[in-house]
Amino acid sequence: MNAIIWNEQNIEETNTAVFNPTNQRIYTTENLNVWYGEKHAIKDINLSIYEKEVTAIIGPSGCGKSTYLKTLNRMVELEPSTRIEGSITYRSKNIFNKDYSVEQLRTQVGMVFQKPNPFPKSIYENIAYGPKIHGIRDKKVLDQIVEDSLRQAYLWDEVKDRLKDHAYGLSGGQQQRLCIARCLAVKPDCILMDEPTSALDPQSTLKIESLIQSLKENYGIIIVTHNMQQAARISDKTVFFLDGEVIESNHTNAVFNNPSDERTKNYIHGVFG
Amino acid sequence: MINDNIGQVNKQMKRRILLDKFARIIFISTMVVVLAILALLIIRVFIQGFSVLNISFLTNTLSTQADQAGILGAILGTLWLMAVVVPTTMIIGVSTAIYLECYAKKNRIHSFIQMNIGNLAGVPSIVYGILGLTVFVRTLELGNVVLAGGLTMSLLILPIIIVASQEAIQSVPATLSEASYGIGASKWQTIKNIIIPASLPNILTGAILALSRAIGETAPLVVIGIPALLIPFPGSLLDRFTVLPMQIYYWTLDASLVAEYANLAAATIIVLLVSLFILNASAIYLRHKFKVNY
Repeated sequence: MNAIIWNEQNIEETNTAVFNPTNQRIYTTENLNVWYGEKHAIKDINLSIYEKEVTAIIGPSGCGKSTYLKTLNRMVELEPSTRIEGSITYRSKNIFNKDYSVEQLRTQVGMVFQKPNPFPKSIYENIAYGPKIHGIRDKKVLDQIVEDSLRQAYLWDEVKDRLKDHAYGLSGGQQQRLCIARCLAVKPDCILMDEPTSALDPQSTLKIESLIQSLKENYGIIIVTHNMQQAARISDKTVFFLDGEVIESNHTNAVFNNPSDERTKNYIHGVFG
Repeated sequence: MINDNIGQVNKQMKRRILLDKFARIIFISTMVVVLAILALLIIRVFIQGFSVLNISFLTNTLSTQADQAGILGAILGTLWLMAVVVPTTMIIGVSTAIYLECYAKKNRIHSFIQMNIGNLAGVPSIVYGILGLTVFVRTLELGNVVLAGGLTMSLLILPIIIVASQEAIQSVPATLSEASYGIGASKWQTIKNIIIPASLPNILTGAILALSRAIGETAPLVVIGIPALLIPFPGSLLDRFTVLPMQIYYWTLDASLVAEYANLAAATIIVLLVSLFILNASAIYLRHKFKVNY
């Protein structure tokens, strides 16, 4: 079927960009199906995702790309009447296993949402929230985490003098970087981003994109995006979703310059979607 | 032909404008009637009550001598009643709302419960009085004391507090709880740290409005059998007590025997009204002060 796992041979041929064969697999998805009530949103997906690279998921609205992303940290289960079949392995652990709690999973897999959603608290409290719920109480440690996270998210210089100010006073782009910093504060291994720039202006979008580029040194990043230029600019690998199925998944260069499926080609060239 | 049409339109126009003015007058006059009745009531109460309203009226105990009578007992009784109602309704009401909004599965049982909470809010207060009489006063043998009265009043306003708290919780955007879950917070941590703080101002506003209803409510306490003339103050939850609206009720009842009692009732009404206005004003203040635009 459309179960193209990163085809090693294909990679050798097409990839001229970064490929580091020592990169470990973060996620292995096997025969994944997801239903919302009667709606079959994800159909028999097989996919692998690696650390230290950016994987972009593209596809038209309602194709299941956000659903897939939310399945990776089990946020999809917050929706009423979802049913999941198949398996997702995260770092050799089955994420649906009872012994592996969602809290543990979501600590290791951070998430950034479509619309910036800082808490109605101060900038400092927004970042410190994660470490605090995981039991860190020491003020000095928290201060350090807040500073480190904000620096990593390129926000420190803009907010260092007003950490006690309310987060809602920040601009949209700053709020989104705050949300990224908040997610970095719990020291994740992988970050899921659900159209993180769709609510932002071009300037803020560029900042987030360069931030993503620097973050991939240390994190696996999976980004759902509507914006194909964005996928082409920032991702190492691209997955094309259509009607809940994976049509094509390969190195970004290959997907954009030499798509193997007619539907991918049509979508990329704007024939539909 | 065209002239005919214009004549027709002009004729219609006059009617329409006339009707418009008429509608305006109707609506204004209904409002004026309502306000006038209210104003009449308040003015009458103030004229009648102001002559006896002074500090000693607030600090004196009850007496059969009209000129020595005061309402300290009723004020303390109302405060004691609140001491039972506030914690009971806040703890049970907010917890129920949290369960219904955050934990309960949205199925048929849920909508059945939801519908019945709505129904309970519409049950006449005297029915709650009978329930309180049966359960707290008779079955649990508490007697007509602060605890029994407070629990009865709590039953009365619980549905209101539950619904208000549910609405407050619903008004917290789902994106906030998603953000919290997204960094590995448990459900309880999310509720405690994000949902409750964000909905607290609205919960408190609803609670204050519900409390002001409990303060003014009389019927359930009549059924429970709050004494007509009570000189000692309540000193504990298990003491007998009276409250402001009960005092108004008995003084009004006895005004046919002693004419001055009517003035005392009026003065007590002033005290009750002023406290209710203060409570409602603080609810409005809270709502505006902590309003967050997400």
